[in-house]
Amino acid sequence: MNSKKTNTDKFYQVKHEYLGRSVVTIFGIMLILITITMVLFLFSKGIKTFTQNHIPIKDFLFSTAWMPGREEAQGGPAVGALIFIIGSVFISGLALLISTPFSVALAIFMTQISPSFGKKLLQPIIEIFVGIPSVVYGWIGLSVLVPFLRHQIGGLGFSLLAGSLVLSVMIFPTITTVAADSLSIIPDDYKEASYALGATRWQTIRKIIFPSALPGILTGVVLGLARAFGEALAVQMVIGNTIRIPGSILDSTVNLTSIITMDMGNTAMGTTWNNALWSMALLLLIISFIFIFIIHRIGRKGSTSA
Amino acid sequence: MRIDPKTTDKVSTGVFYLVAAGFILLLVFFVGYILYQGRLRLNLNFITSAPVFMKAGGGIAPQLFNSLYLVFLSILITVPIGLSAGIYLAEYARQNRITKAIRFCIEALASLPSIVIGLFGLLVFVSMTGWGYTLMSGALAVSILNLPVITRISEDSLRGVPHSYKEASLALGATHWQTITRVLIPVALPGLITGIVMTAGRAFGEAAALLYTAGMSSPKLNFSNWNPLSFTSPLNPFRPAETLAVYIWKVNSEGLIPDARQVADGSAAILVISVFLFNICSRFLGRLFSNRFLGKSK
Amino acid sequence: MTKCKPFVIALILVLSLSVALVGCSSNTQPTPAPAASGPSGSATAVGSSALQPLAEKAAEMFMEKNKNAKVQVQGGGSGTGLTQVAQGGADIGNSDVFAAEKLPADQAGTLVDHKVCVVGFATVVNPEVKVDSLTGKQLIDIFTGKITNWKDVGGQDLKIVILNRPASSGTRATFKKYALNGAEEATGQALTEDSSGAIKKALSDTKGSISYLALSYVDNSVKALKYDGVEATVANITSGKYPIWSYEHMYTKGEAKGVAKDFIEFIMSDAFKSTITQMGYIPNSEMKVTRDK
Repeated sequence: MNSKKTNTDKFYQVKHEYLGRSVVTIFGIMLILITITMVLFLFSKGIKTFTQNHIPIKDFLFSTAWMPGREEAQGGPAVGALIFIIGSVFISGLALLISTPFSVALAIFMTQISPSFGKKLLQPIIEIFVGIPSVVYGWIGLSVLVPFLRHQIGGLGFSLLAGSLVLSVMIFPTITTVAADSLSIIPDDYKEASYALGATRWQTIRKIIFPSALPGILTGVVLGLARAFGEALAVQMVIGNTIRIPGSILDSTVNLTSIITMDMGNTAMGTTWNNALWSMALLLLIISFIFIFIIHRIGRKGSTSA
Repeated sequence: MRIDPKTTDKVSTGVFYLVAAGFILLLVFFVGYILYQGRLRLNLNFITSAPVFMKAGGGIAPQLFNSLYLVFLSILITVPIGLSAGIYLAEYARQNRITKAIRFCIEALASLPSIVIGLFGLLVFVSMTGWGYTLMSGALAVSILNLPVITRISEDSLRGVPHSYKEASLALGATHWQTITRVLIPVALPGLITGIVMTAGRAFGEAAALLYTAGMSSPKLNFSNWNPLSFTSPLNPFRPAETLAVYIWKVNSEGLIPDARQVADGSAAILVISVFLFNICSRFLGRLFSNRFLGKSK
Repeated sequence: MTKCKPFVIALILVLSLSVALVGCSSNTQPTPAPAASGPSGSATAVGSSALQPLAEKAAEMFMEKNKNAKVQVQGGGSGTGLTQVAQGGADIGNSDVFAAEKLPADQAGTLVDHKVCVVGFATVVNPEVKVDSLTGKQLIDIFTGKITNWKDVGGQDLKIVILNRPASSGTRATFKKYALNGAEEATGQALTEDSSGAIKKALSDTKGSISYLALSYVDNSVKALKYDGVEATVANITSGKYPIWSYEHMYTKGEAKGVAKDFIEFIMSDAFKSTITQMGYIPNSEMKVTRDK
């Protein structure tokens, strides 16, 4: 090719420029298409509960009556999903409460107190935590955590607390990584100015670093919450799946993902029961969209205040 | 009485160290526990033999192979798409609606619960295509799961390349595309490789998205048959393929083999060891490539 | 020029490869087998996880005998199996329950039932529970939440913990129908475990627990109770003395054809009978009583 005239070279250059550019653009657009297809599919399946089985959306969202297999003679199926929604909220909320302080503390440690230690040792550790499959988390929860709770604290062991504890370990890498990213981009000037004024490290962290990194940290927290909401197998293995609103954190309970995993295969497509499960999947999708929206709002606020 | 700021500083530093130490201990406990429980099964025989039906002493060879093959297929699908989308976002995208839409879609895809992706896979890759539960369906489902991650990593590592490199290349008369393929990608390669290997690790351990796509059974494989179109060939992507993570889930829930607990223990240990290997590999490859390319360009 | 090309080529190659793989799938499915004796072609059986082990074993033996035939067995649950067979996605739909109980009537009507074997279920409790037999009435009272302590049914002072299968599970449907006489279980009290294996583990770990398991799962880690004084044994089930059992069904859309037909015939044949017994199921031919819904 080197022996050819520069003209042909030019031609190839231009050709490749356009070819390359078109290919990458097409793939970019493909991502949109994949997302749209997924949303459309879930939407078309998920709304059948309301369009085909004529269950009012209000009943689905705000009723606790879950009798999906009830005979027509006794009033037909009732598919109120409120218990599952509340279960998901409680379990993920508690997981977040447990996980956030530790995750943020770890992120501060990695970026402010001992960055070299953080990079060489803690970063790989976090990556391994991410890599441990959720079945393994669930399995450790089932064989270590559940018996521990049963013997040391009481109750049956299968509980909201067990689910939250397992989840809190699973979401900490997400929170820590995002929080550490936002902590590490804080300009050194801020810190130096603070130290120059005679502040100690803790005062600097508390008064300067933490507030300026707050939007990033919140983003991490919301991402963690999103992950907690969507986790299925690990939670299902340890919460006991009792269909009720838990009275205490030691009670067994149920959530959206576990009822989907348990019933999806055993119900036939087209039945109210099965449709209700798809509606729950759609609900999970909508919830993730809400989380993204929240993250964007936080991001915008952060960028205007900074 | 006010507490001396220096004391608070020392106490808080101590607390931070404690938290960090706690996490290290937690990992040591996790990994130690898994490896200790699975120690009896960590031998070649377990890895290389097939499960025995309803009897003790079976291995996990087909499941391990399926996991690896599934990861390979999903990488084959995600890397070209994800890398291209990443190039588009980092180099070509202007601040317009399409770019915004792509970014939103990436975030939406990334935050989807994997069970939802599995259900989507059941509808589209399993039922609509008529393939049934196949390795390919599973690979596609896992690809959807990994696409946003690969795209983000590609974009980030391309953006991480110093501007001077790009300017120098363009100044020498290279086109934008030439600059991307010959300067940006090679320089960004360490980051890319690390990212790809990390996502591979994630695909390796995925179970929820595979229950309804790749299936929960593993027909007999004939490891001497390498014709990808043959039904018993391990290479045929259109056969049901239970992966290791799914197998752990199934063994636990069915418990039909008498040594279910040990098999699950052993499989979990193998999974965790694999995750370790993936991590070490990504670090090693990343360093190797960064030495090669950055060394050369200096 | 030399470096940019490989990248584009690789990209296109990979893309076309994935397209090709997608495309060739349709070619691989109906493997044309060389003319030989015995059935040839392929069939897929999808559904019930309770029947899956037996069906897998049968497929293995069937394919050893008929080298040109291929049978794929897949779990996924009874509902999935029935849906798939009704929609033509599978040749055989495995189910724990009669199709009419899961599918809308118009779809269930197109399916033909093959009762391949019988599964017996036992009421099981944690081994520490000091009760050996329960009457149907007592069982109903326990599962509906009227009796909550073992001392009320002749055992020690210990709280009863109910372990259920998911409401959609065939095992639970059978137990409810034949042991509880259709009584609606009290909601919000029982723990629910996704599978028999998980039930067994939770049962042996949880004091005062009660649940139900297929006979093939019952071993020393749990204690099986008598139902109205009758022990859950194969003999009592075949003679009709013990009522908690159900058929395992293989449904086909219309009459079974081709490999699917041969496969079902093989499972119901005398040659396979000993394997059925060995694996803890009961051959249909040994039943002295029948049910049709």
